[in-house]
Amino acid sequence: MNKTVNQKAWFLVLPVLVLVAFSAVIPLMTVVNYSVQDTFGNNQFFWAGLEWFREMLASERMWNALSRQLAFSVIILAIEIPLGIYIALNMPKKGFWASLCLVLMSLPLLIPWNVVGTIWQIFGRVDIGLLGYTLDKIGVSYNYTQNFYAAWTTLIVMDVWHWTSLVALLAYAGLQSIPDAYYQAAKIDQASRWKVFRYIELPKMTGVLMIAILLRFMDSFMIYTEPFVVTGGGPGNATTFLSIDLVKMAMGQFDLGPAAAFSIMYFLVILLISWAFYTVMTNLDKRDGV
Amino acid sequence: MAKITLDNLAHSYLPNPSGEADYALKELNHDWADGEAYALLGSSGCGKSTLLNIISGLLHPSQGRILFDDKDVTQAPTAARNIAQVFQFPVVYDTMTVRDNLAFPLRNRGADPAYIAQRVNQIAAMIGMEDTLNQKARGLTADAKQKISLGRGMVREDVNALLFDEPLTVIDPHMKWELRTQLKALHHQFGHTMIYVTHDQTEALTFADKVVVMYDGRVVQIGTPQELFERPAHTFVGYFIGSPGMNLFDATINGATATIANTPVDLGTGYASAGRLQIGVRPEFIQLSTDGTGIPAQIKRVEDVGRHKIVRLDVNGQKIAAIANEGASIPANANHITFDPKGINVYANDWRVAPAGEAA
Repeated sequence: MNKTVNQKAWFLVLPVLVLVAFSAVIPLMTVVNYSVQDTFGNNQFFWAGLEWFREMLASERMWNALSRQLAFSVIILAIEIPLGIYIALNMPKKGFWASLCLVLMSLPLLIPWNVVGTIWQIFGRVDIGLLGYTLDKIGVSYNYTQNFYAAWTTLIVMDVWHWTSLVALLAYAGLQSIPDAYYQAAKIDQASRWKVFRYIELPKMTGVLMIAILLRFMDSFMIYTEPFVVTGGGPGNATTFLSIDLVKMAMGQFDLGPAAAFSIMYFLVILLISWAFYTVMTNLDKRDGV
Repeated sequence: MAKITLDNLAHSYLPNPSGEADYALKELNHDWADGEAYALLGSSGCGKSTLLNIISGLLHPSQGRILFDDKDVTQAPTAARNIAQVFQFPVVYDTMTVRDNLAFPLRNRGADPAYIAQRVNQIAAMIGMEDTLNQKARGLTADAKQKISLGRGMVREDVNALLFDEPLTVIDPHMKWELRTQLKALHHQFGHTMIYVTHDQTEALTFADKVVVMYDGRVVQIGTPQELFERPAHTFVGYFIGSPGMNLFDATINGATATIANTPVDLGTGYASAGRLQIGVRPEFIQLSTDGTGIPAQIKRVEDVGRHKIVRLDVNGQKIAAIANEGASIPANANHITFDPKGINVYANDWRVAPAGEAA
């Protein structure tokens, strides 16, 4: 069969191209543009080459923000993943209570980020917040605006409160897919509770847990709104994570060049980690023969 | 190895069963003799799996008791009963190797490692998986996984009973024969009490010493394959066992003579009976006749299934099957059927009536 050449078909692809261009390519290129130029205002730009990248890589400020960021992500993962699994294992399997649990646990996930931040900001205040006031009265020194540990604890507890449900729900879905026969066979084989978890439940949850880890890692690695609302990055720079630092640099100091270089490296780091996760997950699937 | 006694056992999935219809398993008294191989046969939803799960302790009965060697285990947990069970769909521990899967029940009971190694090799040889012992169980075919499940069920020598819940459903047909033969060999070798649930009559009849036929939550007959064939105790057994199943004719009976479709039929012996009467005759005991004797019938169709022919007939608007030898020619003008008297059973309200002189 002869194929007719009709270049008009390109018009059908055009809407997508335009959309992607405006939503992703052009903004990203703008950032690339800023990252290799310097400006002194008046919309006058000068070529700066890789100057900003060099400066950022040598900047102690950026490395500090990065290590704070990594520490935050690792801590919340270390709490949320085991805690989420633990909750999922103890949730009712079916009936009214299962539905109630699911609804209650979904609630934190539905609250907008800045509202979560505001809730905890007020909750933790020493003068009017229920938590802060109570802790203060029973003699615990707690003030997230002044104390490094109090600030970190507040942010971590807030994130755990906000997101453990997600891990629990995913793990719960994984558990629900295990047929009863597995538990029955384990009883007959006289497997201990730990062995049931280790050899039946955990293997069946691996897939969803990988997704949970990926989602929680990416989300926490890019966190901005909540810490910004609660601590504003303080006390000092104690909770200034990458995004907060980036906004400070770009909007506060209007250092567009360094901020753009910073953004691109930030983006590349996230891309790299996502790729690593993706590779691990697809290899897991292959091993399963799915 | 143990004798298993079911005493007044019944089970309902409802919290407050009122009538008999609420029971998935109706009241039942039965002894499973030590060392026998039983098949539990019935169509889906007749209560076979319920009964099996009660014996293994995965389910606690609504009423009655279960005794292992006269010791009450009704409330004992599964682990304490020391039984093995193989399920319909393969249950394997994916992350373990085949070897670890087979060793799992022994290790959990703290058996001696040298014994475990020797026993695992023995079982692997039996299920033909010596080559894959060090492979991870994930990624194996459904066949292979089910063989592991079977192996795991058989690995303990001292079990009170081995229970199989339709274990060969997912296995290839040629493999089915092989595994069933191995199960039988195993039974002869170790003398375990075995209970094998299935809805496949061939499987039941070839595997078991005794077949327990269940229908609608009730055990309708327990007997050897021959008894089930020759003297089905319930019309369901007649219908369910045999291919095609038993033919049933509505009839009136007067002493040793039955009347079917206005034609008298000699029963050979006298029956005292009341209720809704039916005559059951297996297709093997029906002959076609051309000389006008017997019950009028029209041939509708002849199916040649290889070793014999199945003749489909119409008797008074009712569909009937007869079996003729492969070599026999089917006369085109055959318009009557006769019964071999030794193949006739009489049923009142679906239950078999013993002829005068036969011990019920």
